[in-house]
Amino acid sequence: MEQVANLLLSGLSSGSVYALVALGFNVIFKSTGAINFAQGEWVMMGGMVAATSYAAHWPLGLAILCAVLAVVMVALLSERLILRRIKKPTALAVTLMMIAIAICSKSLVMLLLGKNPANLPGFSGSEPVLWFNLRIHPQTFWIVGITCLVMLATHWFFERTVLGRAMRAVAAQPEAAALCGIEPRMAMALSFGLAAGVGALAGTIITPLTLTSFDHGTVLGFKGFSAAMLGGLGSLPGALIGGVALGTLEALAGGLISSHFKDAVAFVALLLTLFLRPTGILGRGAVEKV
Amino acid sequence: MKPQPLPAVPDSKLGGTAPSAARAARFSPSAQSRQRIRFVGLAWLLFAAWPLVAGNDYILSLGIFFFINLLLIGGLNLVMGFGGQISLCQAGFYGLGAYVSGVLAVKYGVPPLLGVLVATAGAALSALCIGLPALRLRGDYLAMATLGFNAILSVLFSELVSLTGGPNGLANIPPVSLAGFKLDIASRFFWLAWGVSGLMMVMLSLLLSSRAGRALRAVAGSEIASGSMGIDPFRSKLAAFMFSAACAGLAGALYAHFNQYASPETFSFATSVLLVVMVALGGWGRYWGPLFGAVVFTAVPELLRKFQDAELLVFGAGMIVVLLYLPTGIAGFGTYLQAGLARLRASRRAS
Repeated sequence: MEQVANLLLSGLSSGSVYALVALGFNVIFKSTGAINFAQGEWVMMGGMVAATSYAAHWPLGLAILCAVLAVVMVALLSERLILRRIKKPTALAVTLMMIAIAICSKSLVMLLLGKNPANLPGFSGSEPVLWFNLRIHPQTFWIVGITCLVMLATHWFFERTVLGRAMRAVAAQPEAAALCGIEPRMAMALSFGLAAGVGALAGTIITPLTLTSFDHGTVLGFKGFSAAMLGGLGSLPGALIGGVALGTLEALAGGLISSHFKDAVAFVALLLTLFLRPTGILGRGAVEKV
Repeated sequence: MKPQPLPAVPDSKLGGTAPSAARAARFSPSAQSRQRIRFVGLAWLLFAAWPLVAGNDYILSLGIFFFINLLLIGGLNLVMGFGGQISLCQAGFYGLGAYVSGVLAVKYGVPPLLGVLVATAGAALSALCIGLPALRLRGDYLAMATLGFNAILSVLFSELVSLTGGPNGLANIPPVSLAGFKLDIASRFFWLAWGVSGLMMVMLSLLLSSRAGRALRAVAGSEIASGSMGIDPFRSKLAAFMFSAACAGLAGALYAHFNQYASPETFSFATSVLLVVMVALGGWGRYWGPLFGAVVFTAVPELLRKFQDAELLVFGAGMIVVLLYLPTGIAGFGTYLQAGLARLRASRRAS
């Protein structure tokens, strides 16, 4: 019983991070229709920049802020300098370009910040908190709390603010939105900034638990994408549900069945979702199915 | 009722106004195919000189890897370029071929040549199993399903340690022997890879000009329209997917027996992503595209060796430049030049 509870807790924290990665995917998928292969690299970059700044004796809060800003800058620059120059920005062309940007981001991090794994201390120490017989790493609370906050904030942003509504309008009908005076390119840049910022934040909050290094991004990105798929591509609450479901499923399978095949669980879940319920748990609307 | 042949879909979109009879004849599928096969023959005759030009075994083995990569990229181009479906598990089938043939030979003593055949068939069969549910999806959903399948295969390659040797790889894979003649050195194995890949190019050409190939291209154009003309889009896509997987399985088996070693990271989804990029770089849906893609895929990592750690960055930056300024790929650049030359000649004749 205790083991299951511990597994559920670790699943909850990794699931929260998957949820944040999935959120970034969804935001960009909605605005461009492309798969953002760089999302995982942005998460890794966030963790690496924060860890490097912290190692240079910056205060923790400043290191995290600096990481988020740096990654947002990278994303905005790639959007402005590269993606905007594509002559025919079809979903496929953008997806291929995102692969190239992911390769560049990864190698830049490797060249500038080194190949060694980097670490951050827990935001409030690493003394486990005792709660009924469970020893919980305090970082778990930070991860779950920040994820909930970010989810609520994005929800509020897209539902209540003018800017968020404008972005949804562009996602739904770019031409009509342009006729109403919304600049579609501005919406695209904004979605890149948002996705990168959320991704970088996810990278910094998970680093105290798992360490990070330049080659962690790719797998994290794909697991986040599985989470987005599981919850329903393009649905924001779906990202949260998909992420947490994937995290707990993975932790339970890894702990109770076999730790060897833990990594396959996410992808088996992805395939089953696609084959049985391609709209995901919360997704609705048209899925292109023959 | 006899099925009506579909009109040919010319893959070069040059000119295009009121084709003359001569032009129509040139674009008839069988004539185009004959011309392509003649060119393949010529190119492969040239490639046959590679062992003479190559100074050492290392350069010679690059030629072999070129042919193996050509099988991978050529097969993928059929599904992606001509069929319009995104498949991100070509490296998975590649690995499946390598491990099926390798494990059969190492653990069960199956003769390598038989193993190669089993690996090719096995890859096609697994493509059937995964394609049946996956090819009903489209676009990004299909891409993710195939990517997930590749990831699952990768986990199996590195975790089924007793069979595959796990992350350390499978070593001591015996070389192929043909009629008692061991193809254990590069100068002998070269001819097997040379022949097999040439055969694949000829088969691709025949396939593309056949009814099935034209059906596939019609499906890529519009599934609804092709469906209403009596083509079953699903079967067409499934057949192309299986053919492409068989090419990859064959490539994997050849790789395993030539390299005499296979390790899981060669077949990760990162390789699948790169193979898709190579299809795009070579020229999406162009018959000659995979040749260029395979050259890039084989030569560029070798050329970039001297950049060491910066290799990945140079590669990524190069990819951005090509995607921005050469969206039709290298083969497309050739067509573009041809069109320019033709226009130049026409204007000269006119003046």
